[in-house]
Amino acid sequence: MSYVDETAFLQEVADSDYKYGFVTNFEAETAPKGLSEDTVRFISAKKEEPEWMLEWRLKAYRHWLTLQDKYPRWAHIEYPDIDFQDISYYSAPSKKPKYDSLDEVDPELLDTFERLGISLVEQKMLAGVAVDAVVDSVSVATTFKEELAKEGIIFCSFGEAVQNHPELVQKYMGSVVPYTDNFYASLNSAVFSDGSFCYIPKGVRCPMELSTYFRINAAGTGQFERTLIIADEGSYVSYLEGCTAPRRDENQLHAAVVEIIAHKAAEVKYSTIQNWYPGDREGKGGVFNFVTKRGICDGDHAKISWTQLETGSSITWKYPSVILKGDYSVGEFYSVAFTKGRQQADTGTKMIHLGKNTTSTIISKGISAGHSNNSYRGLVKINKSAANARNFSQCDSLLLGDKCGAHTFPYLEIKHPTAHVEHEATTSKVGEDQIFYCNQRGIGEEQAIKLIVNGFCKEILAVLPMEFAVEARKLLDIELEGSVG
Amino acid sequence: MAILEIKNLHAKIEDNEILKGLTLTVNPGEMHAIMGPNGSGKSTLAAVLAGREEFEVTEGEVLYNGRDLLDMAPDERAREGVFLAFQYPVELPGVSMMNFLKEAVNATREHRGEAPLGAMDFIKMARERAALVNLDPSLKQRSVNEGFSGGEKKRNEIFQMAMLEPRLGILDETDSGLDIDALRVVADGVNHMRSDDRAFVVITHYQRLLNYIVPDVVHVLVDGKIVKSGGKELALVLEEKGYDWIKEHADEPVTV
Repeated sequence: MSYVDETAFLQEVADSDYKYGFVTNFEAETAPKGLSEDTVRFISAKKEEPEWMLEWRLKAYRHWLTLQDKYPRWAHIEYPDIDFQDISYYSAPSKKPKYDSLDEVDPELLDTFERLGISLVEQKMLAGVAVDAVVDSVSVATTFKEELAKEGIIFCSFGEAVQNHPELVQKYMGSVVPYTDNFYASLNSAVFSDGSFCYIPKGVRCPMELSTYFRINAAGTGQFERTLIIADEGSYVSYLEGCTAPRRDENQLHAAVVEIIAHKAAEVKYSTIQNWYPGDREGKGGVFNFVTKRGICDGDHAKISWTQLETGSSITWKYPSVILKGDYSVGEFYSVAFTKGRQQADTGTKMIHLGKNTTSTIISKGISAGHSNNSYRGLVKINKSAANARNFSQCDSLLLGDKCGAHTFPYLEIKHPTAHVEHEATTSKVGEDQIFYCNQRGIGEEQAIKLIVNGFCKEILAVLPMEFAVEARKLLDIELEGSVG
Repeated sequence: MAILEIKNLHAKIEDNEILKGLTLTVNPGEMHAIMGPNGSGKSTLAAVLAGREEFEVTEGEVLYNGRDLLDMAPDERAREGVFLAFQYPVELPGVSMMNFLKEAVNATREHRGEAPLGAMDFIKMARERAALVNLDPSLKQRSVNEGFSGGEKKRNEIFQMAMLEPRLGILDETDSGLDIDALRVVADGVNHMRSDDRAFVVITHYQRLLNYIVPDVVHVLVDGKIVKSGGKELALVLEEKGYDWIKEHADEPVTV
């Protein structure tokens, strides 16, 4: 992106409050609070699912029940026990659950998207981005379906995929993140309500970026969406995910699962802007974001790249990972995590090298302000089978102020003597010298900090798709306003 | 009206008094050189004028275009036209030079009530001004001062000064660490900017720079005070006889 564009974003002034904190008043159909086999059956019935899907959910639920003493406590975060019986596990906008075209969508819902800055109509006309929008639990509209179908690409809600492509769902669902994987993955597998599904056939390069927007709207609901992306041999897709939630005083739970399968020589680029409501300055309210994201490079020369900008949520617990099974496969993780107020983030990645000549790159940038805590946690595992594997990790932390924390927890497990692993970590404070230098050129303190932080994140913002990078910069600027001093 | 009027300025850092009653008047169009031995307070003077917080002014006043300079925040001083070319320019990793400069130029323009410079005009201006100091065009694409050589950093300071068009340019030992070719380039850049309504204060340890930037007035700063002022020939006397001689003969008229 040229500097002219960059400057333009930097000049945009926005208020420092969480600007996505509005509630949309469309009629919703919400399940009663609580979790039991009946809840699982209720969700499955609502979605008119086949028997095999219900059975899978029930297996996951029963497994989850066995994990109650294995509630994950190892992350560098603090929060009260979650009462899983005090959450509603299903909420759907009730006016017409399915839409054939955008014209049929509840105008107030469309207005929600307008306010989120993702007008479907506008995007359809201008941006060339296909959008699957998930509000609360149900996927409401998927644009560009017809154009994608011409290429043989399937891009639809998870629910539709269960109905229309059961063979693909049955083959791949749970193959990367099994329902036994961890506490939240099991919970998600039992109660997930919708999400996105994407299949790119052999040799097809997806002609546009695919995009999903998630929004929690109803009060007292959890959001449990599931995304499954399958890139067949030699295909390519770039996938974008955005998230927002209204401002609420109680904590909301978000526990998602994303699975990616990249076959031989396929490439998947997955970018996230996570801006769930972070809670107020004192830490009241906000989304608990417990997410399991994992991809597998299942064939030789496959590549999976995760890029994330994490600015929201009161708690972020997420480790987008890659299993490098195919020889010469490539895994990448690029992350910017910004925390302020009382936010806590414990995020990073796992790179599991199984194949020969596999390569992984990890670049993590943590920025902490206010009283927040920001941790990087990453595992690089080089298996006995992974000859000539390489990893490069770089974890940089930037502190704004002296009441916040930055932590790095790298784990290395090397089982092959030819492995080549590098780890670099730095922690710095925004220097008085740097701010003074900007001041002496006429640039005020807040603008100086924005410049310095944007510079710190440059490598990550550079790998985001163009329109996402624009949004990312705006978001970072908004988050920085009033977060310093 | 004088651009800069410093009266009986005293400043300290922690408990060390560095400036001990410095008085100096700079009029539009003038080029002043301030010379002095190490530790005499030259760089402190630059820092106080630019507004560094570590230095506390304990006595005296500084008027800039008749206004109390010490009352302004550092960024306001800059927008009002006070430019400091740093002795040790600061690196801003990842911040693109052009983005940084555009921010700076437009902050100043906004302060003057002017519209922000459009992209094409800005690029054109940057190209012209960079050429003044032979700045490699690729440097403009890099991060601010990151990976610049010593000479490039100094030329970059002069380039920024040319972009910001200040009323008062303060050069803090801009000549230190420069070879003779780079020195000439920097001097040419400064000379190009001399005009009737702009003034400069050039701080230097050596006379060498003043062969290329010819001052109207030379001041000798010793132990926090200006002990002698004279024409450009004073610099030559200093070069020949040294600062110790000046300390002893501070009260005598200058003869060459």
